[in-house]
This record gives sequence, structure tokens and C-alpha cells, in this order.
Amino acid sequence: MAKKAIDVGRDLPPKIRQRHAVYAPRPVTTKENFAQGNRACVGCAEALAVRLVCKALGDNVIIAMATGCMEIVSSQLPYTSWRVPWIHTLFENTAAVASGFEAGLKAMSRKGRTRLENVKAVGMAGDGGTADIGLQALSGALERGHNFLYICFDNEAYMNTGIQRSSATPYGASTTTSPAGKVSIGQLTWKKNMPAIAVAHDIPYVATACPSYPLDLMDKVAKAVATDGPAYIHILSVCPTGWRCPTELSVRIGRLAVETGIFPLYEVENGQYKLNIDLPKLKPVTEYLSLQGRFRHLSDGVINKIQQRVTAEYAKLKEKAASSLVPAGSQKDS
Amino acid sequence: MPSKIGMEVSVAIGEAVRLANADVIAAYPITPQTHIVEHLAELVADGKLDAEFMPVESEHSAMSACLGSAAVGARTFTATAGQGLELMHEVLYIASSMRLPIVMTVVNRALSAPLSVWGDHSDAMAVRDTGWIQIFAENGQEVVDNVLCAFRIAEDRRVLLPVMVHLDGFHLSHMIEPILLPEQGEVDQFLPPNQYPLPLDPNKPVTMGDFGPPAIYTETKWAQEVNLRQAKEVILQVWNEFGDTFGRHYTPVECYRCEDCRVLLLTMGSFSETAMSAIDKMRSEGNDVGLIRLRLWRPFPFDEIRQAVRNAEVLIVLDRALSFGGPGGPVCSEIKSALYQSGRKLKIVGFVGGLGGRDISIAGFEEIINRGIEISEVGSPHEFEIFGVRE
Repeated sequence: MAKKAIDVGRDLPPKIRQRHAVYAPRPVTTKENFAQGNRACVGCAEALAVRLVCKALGDNVIIAMATGCMEIVSSQLPYTSWRVPWIHTLFENTAAVASGFEAGLKAMSRKGRTRLENVKAVGMAGDGGTADIGLQALSGALERGHNFLYICFDNEAYMNTGIQRSSATPYGASTTTSPAGKVSIGQLTWKKNMPAIAVAHDIPYVATACPSYPLDLMDKVAKAVATDGPAYIHILSVCPTGWRCPTELSVRIGRLAVETGIFPLYEVENGQYKLNIDLPKLKPVTEYLSLQGRFRHLSDGVINKIQQRVTAEYAKLKEKAASSLVPAGSQKDS
Repeated sequence: MPSKIGMEVSVAIGEAVRLANADVIAAYPITPQTHIVEHLAELVADGKLDAEFMPVESEHSAMSACLGSAAVGARTFTATAGQGLELMHEVLYIASSMRLPIVMTVVNRALSAPLSVWGDHSDAMAVRDTGWIQIFAENGQEVVDNVLCAFRIAEDRRVLLPVMVHLDGFHLSHMIEPILLPEQGEVDQFLPPNQYPLPLDPNKPVTMGDFGPPAIYTETKWAQEVNLRQAKEVILQVWNEFGDTFGRHYTPVECYRCEDCRVLLLTMGSFSETAMSAIDKMRSEGNDVGLIRLRLWRPFPFDEIRQAVRNAEVLIVLDRALSFGGPGGPVCSEIKSALYQSGRKLKIVGFVGGLGGRDISIAGFEEIINRGIEISEVGSPHEFEIFGVRE
């Protein structure tokens, strides 16, 4: 049976659906499979991202989640925020667990031992659970080609344990284990490029997303669900607690991450890059950095260095998207 | 009627898993476990076993994939050894605490450093407290039978716990032994399909693996303890039923020529067969010695052990693992602790030997028994003695 994407615009009249490639505004399901009443911090964009992801995933999923913020805020015996089957086991093994239920259901389905069909196995983890401790298990599961979706909710540090740096923490950010000091600017390494690592596994679908762009995010999740094979989505999730920014600015800071080119929104389908929001001119990175306490110690020199890096990386990405377009005239609508 | 066929014990384990009709096998290669998973991979590749074979990238992921597979209700098997078991360590607790009925054969191997691929029980002892049911097998037939029993025990609704079947690396895993493989029909009757009561199912969503605040953690752990202790009754039932069906009977503790013996030796695993030969020899020479073999390691068979040693005056325990800086081998410690309250004047002497694949011969066992008797009479300056070490 062909897998069907969960179409978030399915309630629109057919005429409108035929004529319009972009639906904005458009109806989104009111169903919340990630229930209200969880214990996320005020202004947590990661909780918002999980909520939107769940809207797009629909009901026919099983989720494995790593230890981390979202696990802690959504589960505490005897409560749960989950209206879909959900399992948490450990920190670093989420992709392996998800691949396990994909394999289990596959075998049982073949042997007529289950009536479940087209259940999407989903793994969810933070940046630490993905880019650091869970990278091996993720790489293994991507390489083995399981039909599953892995989502990294990236808030750029170990927020659950108290804002310690991870390999996804950006250059210059002050965290509790990469503190800015008299002789240090804070994090001394550039953010690990997780989407590129996922792409290197030659999987059919990789995307970046941000809950500040909710429709784009949900479209990508729906696309990933419809993908036959491994899919990876990397979601930037603004964390007011760890980024030391006003809680009411979460959505705005997420938009600025995209508008400055710091976190571009793109997809890589079967190796073909596509920039989803291609800005003619990027905003200066200071607009993004200046709103966050974790960057407030940065000198103009360091900010310039960041600006140069962002400009260069964005240019590289544009180049990949442009070269992906060359032979793609016929592929565009497929 | 099936007849005995000579086959490598590792291959026989693969055949047992085929007979059990496992759904998922997730494994990572490690000596001396490899022949088990190689054979399973072949069975799947040849279409003789309809299962998903997951060649994962580590033992940590092997056991993690098993968690996912068991949580959706699939019959799940893996095998490992030594360092692999250690890499799985934290995942083992999840399997038992979340009541996931996974079956694993552990091909016992020494722990590094120095690197040793050869057998002892260091790996098993390091996972003693992980909450798994643990059975030590003595020979190939026993491994095959207990793999089948393990699925039945693990998946029993009253149990729902993972089971390890231990066998000695090389000394047992790589031996060619006469094995009687039961027929498929008999196995199907003995081992019904896995009916995991609350799997992860989109039609009936459940949340598994919430975190437990202090107000609830103690209760969850106590429930687990009660569950594992009560599993013993089911283990006995399954072994009885297996015996009635297949004619091979298993008990938590097995006595060999130990009725009314003054001196008893206690061993675990395949070394017991050599120990039996030593007992035979010493008995023929007029010595009053017998052998106890501990088969069920967890849940620990307190009553059976007390019963087995009720008339003995000296109990010599051989451990194949070392608890550094501690009271001796872990098995001997547990035996001492199990018998301390019994009020019996039983002298217990501990030996550690057979480490890292070093064999203990019949003569070696005689030496251990004789030295044990000597220590029981004149004492020893040490908590335990290490057998055959060159100092």
C-alpha cells in the first residue's frame, strides 16, 4: 500500500488546492498529540516545535525519545503528555530503539502477526542526544536504511542539565561549560553541521526547520513521513532559558536565525539541495546575536568573524542549491 | 523421531532460535559469539527463518534495537560476549525494568585488559544485578533447550522479563556436540506466539519509560524485585513442562553424586562436566565427595541451595570471576550469604580459577578439592585462593 503523507491542508476546497501552491494562512488540525500542560519553560520553542511536529505526524506513529528536556517535561510517572505511543529508554540510543520497532513491525506484518500498517517509526532527541552521544546510533540506523524519521530538536546546548555546551553550541556562545571569561570568548568551536552529516549518509530526505516557520516545518514533517527510507529533520529550537533572551522573543529570534543566514531553511531530497527561504539579502548577524545574553560579551572582532563565516557558509549552501537546480527542470514538480 | 546430530553448539543455538521463530535478531559481532549470529544471518538469508536480521553498529545499539522490537511485541533475540555485554550494560537495566521479554545468549568471555577473547565468568558477574533472569548451561543440549525455555519464560505474562542463557566461550560455544533438535510442531506447541500485553500500538497509545520521581521510584524497584523472585515459580513450571514434553529435565540446582556427602564442590557452566569426572575418580578412590551445579543464577535459588548442602560439612566453591579487593568470587560470596543464616556449621572455601580461558583439568579439580578440604581443617590466611596462579 502506498504511504500517504498527512496533508495539513486537506480540508481546503479542491479548487483552491489546485490553484495555489502555497497555502497561507491555512487550517491546521486542532488535535494535540503532544498535550497541553507539560512542564516546559515559558517561551520554549522546542515544546512548540514538538507540538507542531505532532500535528503533522498524525496518529499512526510510534515515537522513541531520548533523555532530555522534552522527555523530562512530557513524562513523569504517573503522568504523560503523549497521545501517541511513546517510549523513552536512554540518552544515546534513540535511533536504535526506533529502528528496532520498525524492524519488529516489519517482521510481524510479514508474518501476519500484526494488523498495523504503515506505522511511522520516529526518533526524537535534542542536539546532545543527536550530535554528541547519540551520533553513532543515528549513523547506524541511517546507514541500515530503516524506514524511519529522526528529528533533532536543537537548542544548542545541554539545557536540561543546566546549559552545558554541546558540539551544536555556536561559536562564541557562553554556556556553563564554555563560559566566557577574561581569556575566553566562550564556545571556541564552530557548530557541528548535523544536517550535512545526515546528507553524507545518502538518505532520501534531510531538512532543516524552525517553529518560527510553522507551515514550512509541518510540510517537511509530512514529507518525511511519506518518505520511504530514513529521513532526518533538524529543527532549531530557541531556548530563552539557555540563550538568556526574553521569553516573548522566541519566535522572533527563530526568524532572525533564518533571516541572518545563521540557520537557513533547506531541504536535501535525494541529494538535491533546495533553499526554502532564499533571501536576496541577509540581515547582519548582530540583529540575532544582540538579543541573546549568551553572546553579549562578544567583541566587534568576534562578531565580524562570525559574520564572515555565516556569509561564506550561506554562499556555499546557495551554490549547492543552484547546482542541484541545473538538471532539475524536469524534477521540479515530481 | 528426531535424532541427535553432531553440530557446533553455536550453530545449534541458531537452530533453536529458528525453531522459536524469532521476529527480530539484532546483534553485533564479537568473539566468541560470532558463529551464533553468522548462522542466524544465514538462516534469514536462505529464507529458513522469517525474521529481520539487524546488523547494528554496536552492542549498545543491539540491545537498544531489541528494546524497540520487544516493545512492539516482536519475538526478539540477541547474543553477545565479554566487552559486548559490558557495552550493553545500562541498556540491560532498561530491558528488565521496562518488562521487555528479550532472550540473549551470552557466550562468556573474560574482560580486558589485557585483551582476552577466552572464557570466564567476569562478564556475567558484572551484569549480575541488572534484573535479568540468568541461566548457566553446561552443555550444548542444555543451551538449546534453555533458549526455547527462555522465550517461554520471558514472554509468560506473569514474568515479562528478559532472560540470559550463559554458555562458556570456546569451551562450549565452539564444541561439536551431539544435539537433539526438537521438531517444529513440538516447539510450536510448547512455545505459543508472543502476546505482549501492552505493546506500543497507535490504536491504543501507551507511554513507556516515564521518569520516576522519589515518590514512586522505590515502589517501581520493589515491584521489579517481587516480579523477579516470583518468576522462579514460572521457571520451574516451564522446566517441568519441557521435561514432560521433551524428556529432558532441568532444575535450578543440580546435584551429582552428592547425597549425604561430607564434601561438596560447587561449579557453574561447562566446567562442571570436567568436575564430574574428577568426582567420579575421587569416589572410585573412596573419597566422600560430590558436586553441586548452580544452573539458575537469577533469581537465586536459596531454598534449593540450602537443601542441596543440608548434610555437607565442607563446601568448596569455584568462581571463574574475581571481585577485586573483595571477599572472593561473586558466586562464593552469594553462597556464603545464602547459608549464613541457616545456622549450620558448614565450612565454605572459595577458589577462583579458570580465568581468561585457562582450563582446569580433572587433576586440577582434584587438587582444588583436596586443598579445599585442607583449608577447611587448618584454615587459610586468605579470604579465597586463586587456583594455579604463578606468583
